[in-house]
Amino acid sequence: MTTLVNPTPINPVEPFLRSDRMPHIWCPGCGIGTTVNCFAQALIESKIDLKTLALVSGIGCTGRVAGYVKLDSFHTTHGRAIPFATGLKLANPKLNVVVYSGDGDLSAIGCNHLIHAARRNIDLKVICVNNLIYAMTGGQTAPTTPGHAITSTSPYGTFEPAFNLPHLVEAAGAVYVARWTTYHVRQLARSIGEAFKKKGFSFIEVISPCPTLYQRRNKLGDGLDTMKYYKEKSKTKHGAPTSEIGLTMQGEIIVGKFVDRDRPDYSALLKAQMHESLGERYVDYDEEQGYVCADGGCAEDSCH
Amino acid sequence: MKADPRGVLTGTHFMDGDHACCEGALAAGARFAAGYPITPSTEVVERFAARVPVVGGSFIQMEDELAASIALQGAVWGGAKSFTVTSGPGFSLMMEHIGYAAMTETPCVFVDVQRGGPSTGLPTLPAQGDMMQARWGSHGDYEIIALCPNSPQECFDLTVKAFNFAEEFRVPVMFMMDEVVGHMTEKVVIPPADQIEVVPRKHTRKTVEEYLPYATNGDMVPEMAHAGEGYKFHVTGLTHDERGYPNMTPQTQQKLVTRLQNKIRSAADRIAMFEEEATENADVIVVSYGITSRVAQRAIDMARERGLKVGKLRLIMAWPFPETKIRELAGRTKAFVVPELNLGQMVREVERAAAGRAKTILVPHAGGSVHHPEEILAAIQEAVR
Amino acid sequence: MAKGRVAIVVERCKACGFCVEFCPTKVLALSSAFNSKGYHPPHVVAPEKCSGCDLCGMYCPDFAIYGYKNPVTKNEAPQPEAEEVRNEG
Repeated sequence: MTTLVNPTPINPVEPFLRSDRMPHIWCPGCGIGTTVNCFAQALIESKIDLKTLALVSGIGCTGRVAGYVKLDSFHTTHGRAIPFATGLKLANPKLNVVVYSGDGDLSAIGCNHLIHAARRNIDLKVICVNNLIYAMTGGQTAPTTPGHAITSTSPYGTFEPAFNLPHLVEAAGAVYVARWTTYHVRQLARSIGEAFKKKGFSFIEVISPCPTLYQRRNKLGDGLDTMKYYKEKSKTKHGAPTSEIGLTMQGEIIVGKFVDRDRPDYSALLKAQMHESLGERYVDYDEEQGYVCADGGCAEDSCH
Repeated sequence: MKADPRGVLTGTHFMDGDHACCEGALAAGARFAAGYPITPSTEVVERFAARVPVVGGSFIQMEDELAASIALQGAVWGGAKSFTVTSGPGFSLMMEHIGYAAMTETPCVFVDVQRGGPSTGLPTLPAQGDMMQARWGSHGDYEIIALCPNSPQECFDLTVKAFNFAEEFRVPVMFMMDEVVGHMTEKVVIPPADQIEVVPRKHTRKTVEEYLPYATNGDMVPEMAHAGEGYKFHVTGLTHDERGYPNMTPQTQQKLVTRLQNKIRSAADRIAMFEEEATENADVIVVSYGITSRVAQRAIDMARERGLKVGKLRLIMAWPFPETKIRELAGRTKAFVVPELNLGQMVREVERAAAGRAKTILVPHAGGSVHHPEEILAAIQEAVR
Repeated sequence: MAKGRVAIVVERCKACGFCVEFCPTKVLALSSAFNSKGYHPPHVVAPEKCSGCDLCGMYCPDFAIYGYKNPVTKNEAPQPEAEEVRNEG
């Protein structure tokens, strides 16, 4: 085999990574890294100025994405990526804010924030990597764990009904809702790109293997076996009613873009209301100065 | 630098402590608040919600206190000066994010208008039962700064100071009001903007290549950057190195947490704020703070009418605790009398700093009202006996 | 000459096999060699089939492999048809 060091073309994902932090902590066959490739591909294709991009994560395996991407990135507390991102976006509306976190983080401890951000239609792009389990802590039952699955805290099988996340966020008001698996790399990249074009709360669920904890305990093979299952059992149904796409253990996975609609986002509603009530007195966001510069309106010498 | 005049409501006002706190925040440059309604604190954000659209900025009512206390930190990293306001039950929910602010060195202000507890307790009545929670409520080792106003005027003045300390030290500052101070209406004088000193964010001037987010140089407080400026920095609540990267080793933990603690402790004597009166030849010194200091004043006056030599030490900054001051006073007084609207919190600090050189007498009160001056007077009389 | 090539960062690989399985032209196989963490990284078994589509790179959760198109040249010296990068940990 020929060995060549530093070939000219580089891995397209490399400029988006903190390469000094590689290798990452994710297990062999985990799909989170695959979703990061798709995210990077979407950024390349959307030609977004990376300076305007901030990524916010919660806690958990997917929460570690924030630490690996070469962006302004925030690894917050468990479940609170969305409210942190809300504050960030409101303080600097020029930012493109992405929330990148797991199913346990977003839909259990952080579920209140998930539905309220969708209701407000805050302009956030939420990528939810759903591995059907709490992975970082050792494979406990999540609100997304499908019926009968064995987890460390449901040793006799899960019996609680699971959340159908696309249905949940659609009902709460999201303007863009899609689901893919880590097998659907091109579709996922395209979907993330589409979400960037939307103004408002966008939610993309990515079903991903957790071979170490979910697949192993349920004797479902490794990451590759799971990817083959995704390939075999996924069915693309754009526009499928989200009420009909709940996941079952090893059952069919309906993927596609389910919701793509327009409604005014939080900022638009805020501005409209303030202009109506306050007229000329309303001090709107100033694209040049920002309205919230802690450095004092940028007039002072001490300002950056 | 001087305050941005857009946020300063210069003039003489008749307003309550909650509203004065809001005006202090606006004068200090706060342009973002996230809140969740809770008695007796809500008036602060109600006023902010009305005022900030005409000043320039943003208020959002979040779905709970957990959300409010982290949304404000997102706003800080987006470039805003930010705060939230709550009372006991909400303060309990915010504890995790006070720890996050301490760990990530996010400058911000948490206002706690204290009411009776534990749990739902006395929603509309005063207490000072959150003083230890303010200091120790989140897990792990960290330091914060806490201020205790005793009048609406101080709610204005000290809120400005709270924001200034937050920026100077990159630390969450607890603004420990109580129900009475919050709802008491008095004269509040707001000076012109050019007479209000405001500390700007400690923003880095380094280039993207030079910048190390958590590197320090002499004063233990790192320089900050904001999202969207091209620094591509990382912020985490995990133990982190100077690059801001997670680094979970005992060495990194020791270095980081020690610095988080020492950046405040080493400044404690310099920043200490208290009001001291007639302690020179005092047999007894009454140590109090917040609303209780005003009742204590009456007790002190009554004791002096009876010929007793009573000094006064009012804590304006509760944390870091002014232990150097207490140690000094303990050498020349017989006793400290400590009235507080709890069953004994700051008294423990007084006792610790006095180290047995002066007697320490607590005047407890479980909250729901203020002390009767006679209760404090009785303790003073007992102390000199 | 093949339309594309792949580069492999051997030390990053955790041998999940995604690249091998989903390469549309079956260019790759897991090798019997070990990297320093004890995984078997992929190697190129059918270089002539590589289209440079980078689907291997899109699938690789460890950022350890990528494909790229060969530049269209008038072909002087024959180019190596697959590459392996051994410079990163």
